Amino acid sequence: MTHPTDSVAAPFPSPRAAFRGAAREAFGTPAIVLGASFVGFGSLVRVSGLSAGHGLFSTVTSWALPGQIALVELYAAGASLVSLAAAVALTNVRLMPMVAALMPQLARPGLPRWKLYAAAHLVAVTGWVAAMRRAPSLPPDQRLSYLIGFSGTLWVTTMVCTLAGFLLADAVPPYVTLGLVFLNPIYFMLVLSADLKNRRRMLALVFGVVCGPLFHLASPDWGLLITGLVAGSLAFVAGRERPVP
Amino acid sequence: MNDLPPPYVVMLVGAAVTYVWRALGVALAGRIRADSAALEWIGCVAYALLAGLIARMIVLPIGPLAETALAARVAAAVVALAIFFLLRRNVLLGVAAGAGALVLLSWGSVGPY
Repeated sequence: MTHPTDSVAAPFPSPRAAFRGAAREAFGTPAIVLGASFVGFGSLVRVSGLSAGHGLFSTVTSWALPGQIALVELYAAGASLVSLAAAVALTNVRLMPMVAALMPQLARPGLPRWKLYAAAHLVAVTGWVAAMRRAPSLPPDQRLSYLIGFSGTLWVTTMVCTLAGFLLADAVPPYVTLGLVFLNPIYFMLVLSADLKNRRRMLALVFGVVCGPLFHLASPDWGLLITGLVAGSLAFVAGRERPVP
Repeated sequence: MNDLPPPYVVMLVGAAVTYVWRALGVALAGRIRADSAALEWIGCVAYALLAGLIARMIVLPIGPLAETALAARVAAAVVALAIFFLLRRNVLLGVAAGAGALVLLSWGSVGPY
């Protein structure tokens, strides 16, 4: 995802200013796009027969939308806890290399490690992209403030939007609710299809699209997990070391 | 319907298997190579899993989306892709067009869920 924020902005006068400046940057296009996705998530929670509290709890404690959607969908499909946990875990492994790449930027002498472990919860794609871009140009003592200001703003926004989506699902006519529930498949379809330069990822997408519905028909419980493992491994092998034209 | 524990427990498990990767990222900071074969494979698996989930949500939805016609959902997805790529990859407009198309195509054809 790209955001039209100034790429060559000057450092802030203080860590507090970095926090406020980051919050302002987040409270534009990033908050609107992510907010709309979480409105869709809130509606999905509603039509899946779960409560507003469940949706809010998921957004507060997980805060990684693809995994949250996979969880609610598998829950609705009646999957077992083991299958569900494995699918959510596989969906979210990407967070590990992302955090590992960002943390050396945030660490500085005298900063307690628990603060890094706490800050890691705020690392998700949108905030990560912003922090990776801005951190190198900021003084070390402003970087953590920047991440917390940016991602914290998005985190709170997504909590509000989860509840809003839940309430909207009941407030609008049923066919509009369908549009809200449809936001997320469309959103992720667009985000994935925009990123097809890597041959392996492109194959993973194609194999996944083919296997997903078929394996679901074979087993609503394990189909998604098997789709990831089979289609992903096939793409990994088939897409290996060929010269890209 | 199933033998799952209460939803809050399920979501706590989901949160735990999410945070564990973030914590591992802090523990391994600066010590893993993002271009290693293992991470590349994991990336492919995650990509395929998400693509499979999205395709299934569009083709074989669970819940009220299942009341809409398959043709309407696929047409709405095509509209979203067309708007997205025509308008220089504008995610917001692409998503709005896709969801709006589904609403228009299903207008009046679905009852209360």
